[in-house]
Amino acid sequence: MNANALLTRLRGQIPLLVTAVLLVSMFGVGSAQYDGFFSGQVVLNLLIDNAFLLVVAVGMTFVVLTGGIDLSVGAVVALSTMVSAWLVERQGWPPLLVIPLVLLMGTAGGWLMGWVIHVFEIQPFIVTLAGMFLARGLCYTISIDSISITDPQYTAMAQTRIPLGSLFVSPSAVIALLVVAVGFVVLHYTRLGRNVYALGGSEQSALLMGLPVQRTKTTVYAISGFCSALGGVLLTFYMLSGYGLHAVGLELDAIAAVVIGGTLLTGGSGYLLGTLLGVLVLGLIQTVISFQGTLSSWWTRIVIGALLFVFIVLQRLITARRR
Amino acid sequence: MSTATATAASPVKAVIRSRLFWPAAVLTVLLVANLAFTPDFFSVHLQGGHLYGSLIDILHFGAPLILVSLGMTLVIATGGIDLSVGSTVAISGALACLHISDSSDPGSVGTVLTALGIALGAALVLGTVNGVLVARVGVQPIIATLILMVAGRGVAQLITDGQIITVTSDPFKLIGGGYWLTMPFAILLSALVVLATVLLTRFTALGLLLESVGGNPVASRLVGIRAMRLVGLVYVFSALCAALAGLMVSSNVSAADGNNAGLWIELDAILAVVLGGTSLNGGRFSIGGTVLGALIIQTLSTTVYTIGIPPETTLVFKAFVVIAVCLIQSPVFRAKLAARGTRTRRTTRSHAAGPTNREVGA
Repeated sequence: MNANALLTRLRGQIPLLVTAVLLVSMFGVGSAQYDGFFSGQVVLNLLIDNAFLLVVAVGMTFVVLTGGIDLSVGAVVALSTMVSAWLVERQGWPPLLVIPLVLLMGTAGGWLMGWVIHVFEIQPFIVTLAGMFLARGLCYTISIDSISITDPQYTAMAQTRIPLGSLFVSPSAVIALLVVAVGFVVLHYTRLGRNVYALGGSEQSALLMGLPVQRTKTTVYAISGFCSALGGVLLTFYMLSGYGLHAVGLELDAIAAVVIGGTLLTGGSGYLLGTLLGVLVLGLIQTVISFQGTLSSWWTRIVIGALLFVFIVLQRLITARRR
Repeated sequence: MSTATATAASPVKAVIRSRLFWPAAVLTVLLVANLAFTPDFFSVHLQGGHLYGSLIDILHFGAPLILVSLGMTLVIATGGIDLSVGSTVAISGALACLHISDSSDPGSVGTVLTALGIALGAALVLGTVNGVLVARVGVQPIIATLILMVAGRGVAQLITDGQIITVTSDPFKLIGGGYWLTMPFAILLSALVVLATVLLTRFTALGLLLESVGGNPVASRLVGIRAMRLVGLVYVFSALCAALAGLMVSSNVSAADGNNAGLWIELDAILAVVLGGTSLNGGRFSIGGTVLGALIIQTLSTTVYTIGIPPETTLVFKAFVVIAVCLIQSPVFRAKLAARGTRTRRTTRSHAAGPTNREVGA
């Protein structure tokens, strides 16, 4: 590998490096500024509080890498909480049956959207928008109000703390990290992962190379659907309720995490671990704002917007120079 | 869909083939369906010099959506999309209400005009930011406007300080809730803007240039159209329309709610544009279709309210409508439908994802 190729390779990683530096410096500034910020538990709380977002963002990464977008994730999360709560509380189904059912539902929904996108050549944006309407609407056909969960197995999952020395994590955080690990392996070490990158790089070329474009496309949306449903299950553990207004705007957070994590929105380039960093940055913004105390919650949105702006312009500059 | 079988019924066919036929038909069916639930649905009566009736209500409450969809139509015609309109609605309403509530004389016309100026000025800035990002920097429209969609709502809440600002100002109330010449002023205002846009795009070269840029940005640039400037301009126009809609919404309830004003209006607007027959791929657009599309959505909401279904479930209807319309617009779907009818041999279609040369600068 000559120096030039190395440089090109490095350039592709600039957004990722920027995110890592940003994360460390935010944590550093927070530690210097606030008492009790510099602790392992603050870091672990980032994972505990954002476990569902992390899972959803992993699914979103797959979709964005193919050059698509999935706007339905927030709604599917809400629908999953709603269906879980309704089946467990109102119908008395056992959670061990409900959870696989919900996951299956999410996967099937995602697969269907991917199928429609590919077969009828409709923009992913509009198909997943319809999916979003449908999922949110279905929430309300189940119940307009929030259904709280009192099932012992769910509350156990919500309250269990896994000790790590003097610190602790929740089972949800462990599940989320597992999903990241599996996603990482699938994306970087399997044929499916290579196909995802190839599809995002150029759909035309992927087709001409004889790659299974249709199967890959439907699979990534199915993965995103599965991740959204799993995110919904984790959110149910976290909130202990099902509600049609849960996870409003989550799709934006997930897309923001993916972009801040250095994945190109045009597809074909990015890292799953970048998404993990992106989610942590979003979580850290919220933590800093809550530690500050005087800043209101809407600053979160403004800061996320500003970060998005910086990263998108950065991405644009990098890809423009590469060409 | 239109397999040429007979030439006899050509006038009927011409009507059916018109781009406005399907939206108009859907709207008519929806309106007539309402008759079954409310027998006096079509009655409009004059009371105290004001017109009242369900039809007037639909126009009145649909006016902001018509405005937002109008801006969205032009954006979509250039092959873009503007997700930030909901935030712009919230910001413009918040700015106007803040100025009026802070002023010493909230009832004076001067105060209200200044408030309008501030709101529209802010929209000008927001639209320019979007336009520069899309046309100059070359960011995908969905992503460029996503930034403002995320940050904008935060900004709106920052302006209102998280509160709902209420105002009492008669001149301001006129914009969204007042009456003029027996009609709600909002209807007249949006009709005026629609008319001006139609004149501007259909009786000058502007509409043609927009369609050309949306159809093929690179070719347009090569024939000498200033594609970049046009694309930038439509985002400014969209933001201005959204700001006007925001003024209407906040004026109608005499309050600015940074959190909920214009929530999901971007999705409704996109839906209205798609229902009206404008393709999301850019190119040809139909302002008349968009107006019909916006009215369909408003009628749907009204219908759901009058029938007594929980209003949130309108989302399910909308989902099916979006999917149906998109399928009808999809050439592949039509081809498959036609193939099923005639059992012709299936040709393998290349999946050349059409517009890959989206960037204007290229």
